[in-house]
Amino acid sequence: MTIIFVLIPLGLVLTVLAVWALFWAVGSGQFDDLDSPGWSVLRDDERGGRE
Amino acid sequence: MNAQVSGCFHCGLPVPAGAPVRVTIEGIEREVCCHGCEAAALVIDAAGLADYYAWRTVSAPRPVPKSADPWAAFDRDSFTRGLLRTGSATTVNLLLEGVRCSACGWLIEQRLLQLPGVTSVMLNPATARARVEFNGIALSSILRAIATLGYRPHVLGAADTLEVATRERRQALKRLGVAGFGMMQVMMIAVAFYGADGAGMSPVIRDYLRLISLLITVPVALYAGVPFYAGAARALAARQLSMDVPVTLGVLLAFAASAVNTLRGTGQVYFDSVTMFLFLLLLGRYLEMIARHRATSTAEALARLMPQFARKLTAQGELELPLAALATGDTVRVAVGEAFPADGTLIGAATLADESLLTGESVPVVKRPGDAVIGGTVNVLGPAVVTLTSLGDSTVLAGIVRLLERASTERPARARLADRMAAQFVAVVLLAAVATALAWLYLDPTRAFAATLAVLVVSCPCALSLATPVAVTAAMAALARRGVLVTRADALEALAVADVALIDKTGTLTVGRPQLSSVAVRGPCTATECLALAAGLERSSGHPFAHAFEVFAAAPATDLAVTAGAGVEGLTGGTRYRIGHAAFVAALAGLRPAEFGEDGVHLGRPGQWLARFELEDRPRAGARAAVSALRDAGLAIEIVSGDHAAPVAALANLLGIERHAGRLTPADKLARVRALQLSGARVVVIGDGINDAPCLRAADVSIAIGSGSALAQANADLIIPGNDLGIIAAAVMTARRTRTIIRQNLLWAGGYNLVSLPLAACGLVPPWLAAVGMSASSLLVVANALRLSRVTTPAATAAPNTPPCQPKLAGAAR
Repeated sequence: MTIIFVLIPLGLVLTVLAVWALFWAVGSGQFDDLDSPGWSVLRDDERGGRE
Repeated sequence: MNAQVSGCFHCGLPVPAGAPVRVTIEGIEREVCCHGCEAAALVIDAAGLADYYAWRTVSAPRPVPKSADPWAAFDRDSFTRGLLRTGSATTVNLLLEGVRCSACGWLIEQRLLQLPGVTSVMLNPATARARVEFNGIALSSILRAIATLGYRPHVLGAADTLEVATRERRQALKRLGVAGFGMMQVMMIAVAFYGADGAGMSPVIRDYLRLISLLITVPVALYAGVPFYAGAARALAARQLSMDVPVTLGVLLAFAASAVNTLRGTGQVYFDSVTMFLFLLLLGRYLEMIARHRATSTAEALARLMPQFARKLTAQGELELPLAALATGDTVRVAVGEAFPADGTLIGAATLADESLLTGESVPVVKRPGDAVIGGTVNVLGPAVVTLTSLGDSTVLAGIVRLLERASTERPARARLADRMAAQFVAVVLLAAVATALAWLYLDPTRAFAATLAVLVVSCPCALSLATPVAVTAAMAALARRGVLVTRADALEALAVADVALIDKTGTLTVGRPQLSSVAVRGPCTATECLALAAGLERSSGHPFAHAFEVFAAAPATDLAVTAGAGVEGLTGGTRYRIGHAAFVAALAGLRPAEFGEDGVHLGRPGQWLARFELEDRPRAGARAAVSALRDAGLAIEIVSGDHAAPVAALANLLGIERHAGRLTPADKLARVRALQLSGARVVVIGDGINDAPCLRAADVSIAIGSGSALAQANADLIIPGNDLGIIAAAVMTARRTRTIIRQNLLWAGGYNLVSLPLAACGLVPPWLAAVGMSASSLLVVANALRLSRVTTPAATAAPNTPPCQPKLAGAAR
C-alpha cells in the first residue's frame, strides 16, 4: 500500500494543474460566450462560399 | 487564409473604374477603392502588421471619411473625468464597431500597443469590447488610431454592466471549479472510509488519507465558500438572518472540527460533506445567476442599440459628432443601414425603418416626411434627414429600458414574503440546532456534534427563498424572447389569475387607421367632389380619420380651424365648410336630414348637408385567433371602446365577442373596471397605452400593445411592442405555468424541510447525507424554475414569419 504515498500526491499535482487550466481558461474569456463561437464557424464558411 | 478579394485590397468593395488608387503592401502593388482604404492599408503595413491580410477571414470595414476630427471631443476634461483611474493610469472600455474576427482583434491590439503610453489592451472579439489602459497619451489619439484602421470605437462608461456581469460569472465559475475538483478528490479518498469506517486500515494510512483530505478541503472551504461567508457577514451586520448564516455555520463548524480531529488523529472528519455541500450550493447559485443575467441581457441589448455618433447638418456642411454634443432641434443625416441616433421627425424623402428590434416585426415600416422615427431603429431604404425631438434619457428606447430595469431590480411581493419566511425559518433552524446539541449532550455526547451539524446542513431555506425569484426571472426572460416585455415583477402573478379581459378597439383589436367604407351623398355635389372637399379640410388635422381621406385628391382649403372632439372648419372656393360629428356640422348646416344618422363623419356648408362618410377600421391580422385563444385560456372578453356603437358591434360580431360597449369615455371605462373588480373579478386591460391610461392604471394587470412612442409612456405592466395580439394568450399561459412552478417549488421546499429537520435532530441523518439532501433540494427548485425559460409556442399563436427576438438583438448589438 505504500504506493499511495506517491500516487495520491501525484493526483494532487494533476488536480492543481487542472484548476490552473480552468482558471486560465476562465480568465481568457473562453466561457464568456458559449453560443456564438459555434455559429461563427458556419458564418465564415458562408462568406467564403460567396466570395 | 486571405479571402479572395476581387475588389479593393483592404475592404473588398469594388474598385471604381477610371482612377484606381494603388498602394504597395509588402512590396506588391495592390488596388484599393479609395484614399481612406489606402491610408488604412499603409498604416497597417507601416506598423509591420501586414500579416493581418493573410490571417483575416473577413474583409475590413471601409474607413469612414470624416469632415472634421470628432475625436478631440473626448479629450475634454468633462469627459475624461468620468473615466476609471488607478494611480496615474487611466482605463477606458471601448465597444468596437466592425470587429468581426479574431484577426481584427489582433490587429487593433497590436496597433494600440505600438502607441507610446498604451500600457495594456484586453480585447474580446466575441463581444467586440476592449479595455485599454493608458498613461500619458490622449484618449483621442487612441480612438483616432482605431478609426484609422477602419473600426469605429465607442467609449463606454467605467462601470459597464456587461463587464460587471462577466466578472461575476468568471468569479463564480472559478469557485465552482475549485469546489468541484476538490469534491471529486475528497470523495475518492472518502470512499475508502465508507466500507467499515476504515476498519482494518493501518493508523498511519488513515491519518495520511485524512491529512490529504484536509489539504484538498482548505482551498474549497477558504476560497470557494467565501460568497456564503460574505453573505452571512452582511446579513448579520444588518442584524438579519439570511440563509447564508446556517450554511456558513455548518461549513465552518464541520471544517474546523474535521481539521482539529485530523491533526489530533482522533474523532470524526466531515471533509466529504463540506466539499460536496459547497459544490452543490455553488452550482445552484450559478444556475440562478445565469437566469438573472439572461433576463437583464434584453434590456442591455436594447440600450446598446443607440448609435454613439451622428452626422449633424450645419451651415458649414456635415459634421460628425458624438451623440452627447447634439441638442433637440438639430438636423442629422442617417445613411442607409444606420440606426437613427435619437427620436425625431423625418423631413425630406420618405424611407423605411426597421423597428424589429423593438417590435419583433420583421417587415420594415414606411416613414413619410413628418412621421416620427424612433432612436435605435434602423433606416433601411434611403438616406434620411431627421430633426431630433428628444435625446438621451427622454427617448422611447431609454423609457422602455428604464421600465425593464425597474422590473429586474424589483422583487415580486411573493418573493419578499418568502424572504421574510426564510429569515424566520433560519431562526427556527438555529434554535433547533442548539436544542439538538443540548439534548444529545445529555443523552449521548459522542453523537451531539454530528446531529447538530446535520440539523444545520439539512435545513434548506434556499429552496424556500429561491422558489419564486428564479421562476419569475426565467419566465420574464422567456417572454422577452417572444416579444413581451414585463415591466413589473408582480405582473405575472396578477396575469395568471386574471379572469376578465377588457380590450380597447381602436389601435388594439384594429389597426388604428380607419378607411373609407361608404359615402352617402345628398344635395348638389357628387361623391368625388365631396371627397375632395373632405380631403382638403382634413389635410392637416392630424386626426386618425384624416388618414382615410389622404388617398383622395384634395380641394385646396384655407383658414382651417380644428375643434377638438368635433371636427374641422375651413374655407374652400370662398365657401365655408365643416366636416366632423353630426352636431358640429348641424351648427353650420341647419337641420339634419333623416337618413343622416348620428354615426359617421358628416360634411356640410351653410344651409346644406352634403355627405355622410362611413369609416371602417381594419381588424388586426390574427385578432380573431388571438381572441379565441384568450377565451380558451378561460378569460371572459369584453370590448370597451370610445368609438360609435355600430362599428364596435360589427367588430365584436366579426371576432365572436358577445360583450361590447361603444361610446365610452375614459371615465366610463374606468367605472367598468371598478365595477368588475367590485364583483370579484380580476381584470386585465389591453389597450394601446394612450387613450386608456387611467383604465390601464386601475386594472389588476395592464397590457399595452402597439408600436411607437406611446408605449414607453404607457405605464403598463406588460408591453408588447409588436403587432401580434396572439402573444397575449401565450403570455397568460406562461404566467400560469410560472405560478404552478412557484407552487410546486414552495410545496417541495416546505415538505422537505418538515420531514428532514426532525430526522436530522433525531440523529438519523449523517452529515454527508444532510449535505446531499439540502443541495439536491435547492438544485431541484432551480432546475424546476429553469423549465420556464424554454419557450413553448402554442400552435394557435405561432407566428411563422416572426423570428424570435433574441438573435436579432444579439446581431444588432454586434
